[in-house]
Amino acid sequence: MATATQFRTCPTTGLRIDLKAENLIKANAVAAVIFLAVGGLFGLGVALTRWPAVHLLPADWFYLALTAHGLDVLIVWIIFFEIAILYFASAVLLNSRLAAPRWAWGGFALMLIGAIIVNIAVLQGQSTVMFTSYAPMMAKPHFYLGIILFAVGALIGCFVFFGTLVIAREERTYQGSIPLVTFGAVTAAIIAVFTIASGAIILIPTMLWSMGLVSHIDSLMYRTVWWAMGHSSQQINVSAQVAVWYGIAAIVLGARTLSEKVSRGAFLLYILFLQLASAHHLLVDPGISSEWKVFNTSYAIYLAVLGSMIHGMTVPGSIEAAQRAHGYTQGLFGWLRKAPWGNPAFSGMFMSIVLFGFLGGISGVVMGTEQLNIIMHNTLYAPGHFHGTVVAGTTLAFMAITYLVIPLIFRRELVMKKIAQWQPYIFALGVSGISLFMMGAGTLGVSRRHWDITFADAPLKFDYPEAAFLMMGLNGLSAILAALGGIMYIAVVVGSVLFGKPTTDTSLPKLNVISSYGSADSIKVPGTYVLVAVFFVSFVLYYFINWKYLSEIWPLR
Amino acid sequence: MAVTPPSERIWWKEPVAKAELVWIVIAFLWGLVMFFMMIYWHGSGKQNLSNEAYRTDPAVYAQKAQAMAEKYKVGEEAGIPVVHPPAGSDVYLIARLWQWWPILELEKDKDYRLHIMSWTGCMVFPHNRSISILRSTPTTTWW
Repeated sequence: MATATQFRTCPTTGLRIDLKAENLIKANAVAAVIFLAVGGLFGLGVALTRWPAVHLLPADWFYLALTAHGLDVLIVWIIFFEIAILYFASAVLLNSRLAAPRWAWGGFALMLIGAIIVNIAVLQGQSTVMFTSYAPMMAKPHFYLGIILFAVGALIGCFVFFGTLVIAREERTYQGSIPLVTFGAVTAAIIAVFTIASGAIILIPTMLWSMGLVSHIDSLMYRTVWWAMGHSSQQINVSAQVAVWYGIAAIVLGARTLSEKVSRGAFLLYILFLQLASAHHLLVDPGISSEWKVFNTSYAIYLAVLGSMIHGMTVPGSIEAAQRAHGYTQGLFGWLRKAPWGNPAFSGMFMSIVLFGFLGGISGVVMGTEQLNIIMHNTLYAPGHFHGTVVAGTTLAFMAITYLVIPLIFRRELVMKKIAQWQPYIFALGVSGISLFMMGAGTLGVSRRHWDITFADAPLKFDYPEAAFLMMGLNGLSAILAALGGIMYIAVVVGSVLFGKPTTDTSLPKLNVISSYGSADSIKVPGTYVLVAVFFVSFVLYYFINWKYLSEIWPLR
Repeated sequence: MAVTPPSERIWWKEPVAKAELVWIVIAFLWGLVMFFMMIYWHGSGKQNLSNEAYRTDPAVYAQKAQAMAEKYKVGEEAGIPVVHPPAGSDVYLIARLWQWWPILELEKDKDYRLHIMSWTGCMVFPHNRSISILRSTPTTTWW
């Protein structure tokens, strides 16, 4: 049973916060940031090696660093942070105690042990199989074991989250329906369960294969099931990051969504259709029919894209409506000019929306088109795309909400406030460059995951255009900028947690809640209409430009 | 507010603003366009990957490629045979680490039935034309 001593009251929101939940949020967030630092360092090594003029690492270290980079940032950093979000969105936002905190700590321990084991396995040098670990490449058994332990820990975290929802409902800690942010977290958790189940189905037999207990892993079967985990894990991110967008807009500006029904409907589309996008990775694979590819790669007629396009309007729309309600009504974009751009939580969130939509979103749909995939598959375009989604989108959004988590959960004031203000801009600029220049190099045909684009050890020489080398150099410079943004983030976070002044009631942000925008007919967000129109025109143009590119290559049938 | 329960308890009966509805309809229709574009290209476009794919034994496949290379060899470059098979014939190509084997000399505007198998690697892609050939269950595909 809950006791009064387990809770404190948040001066900003008035919510009761279970101290056990708070400690778990802190632990998961700290672990996330540590692995972001480790994974980011490996990423810098990768980018500086792919910059032909620098070519930093020898081949074996390059592939090792690439394997570690993928695992540490794409899985470990993001999922640790997502578990923190799940506990925040359930126990904190629902005013409830956390279900089974001991299980939650057990899950955390498994995740931590798993992440350490997998890093050790990679650093030992005999598990350089990339993040995807495609069979027939074989890693050491403890490589798979580490991932499995991490996944089991994350699964426990998901069930603690679901259990907390049940407790909050039973103990009537809130009235009516769960908040929209919690609804987004439910979406992320449901997708996470699907993701982890898929991972178990493929990684357990693969570990047994590595131990010599299973004789054969079919490579096509491996790829099909693995991507049900690999791509779906990125769909957890999309759901969590959209929830974070709504959450930051609410906490910083007091924004409420334009329509609960529309925003929740969009999350529902994610639950139903988002995971089908695993097919993106199989579009040039043999043995899979075009009918299967077309249906799945389009998320069943683009219904999950519909969900993202809805959020793409409702999040900026709710920000505009809130700003107008606060009195910033001048012209089309007065609300945007007067937005709190000096608040890193807001600036990071808004740039995350824009970059996710324009860089990651559009390129993902284009690359996920069955035939267009032929001109991009396994080129650097793919990492260019997902650095637009997972880094410019998810990581930037998670960095942004950290600037609220530190005062509200860690109860510390930010140190180095100027650096914190600049951090989202530096990181966003660097990551945008990484995304754009890798997509540019990919468009010129440069392969992904390749140590040497000069093909120095190939029997016949092949030369990429000079522009491809320029793109790789610019990618390297952008990676340095992004790394600088990452270091600034870690310096502010670590400095604030360790040395920040304890917050007082007066130093905490105050909610400035917009109670209502009036009836549905009177909602006016003209600036958002212009923004989504620009997005839509860019999307349509870029989509058809790529069909034009495709039509110019050799016929295939 | 997004961090608190909806202010209207029966939120699913709230009216939706016209602008949101218009955007939803536009986004849905755009999804239909993109979906049917893929199907349209299967009928009218010239760049569609074949759905034919076979499992094969690497040794058998290599034998066929070797036989073709010996029969139609016209030269050699960097130790790799240059082969000029007749138009319309079955042509065999093996993908190895950083090389294709053999080098094929094909005539412009003629049709060939091209088989590909991956020998050492998992993924092979020529410049801006990607195709995946999986190794542990050796598979050929052609276009």
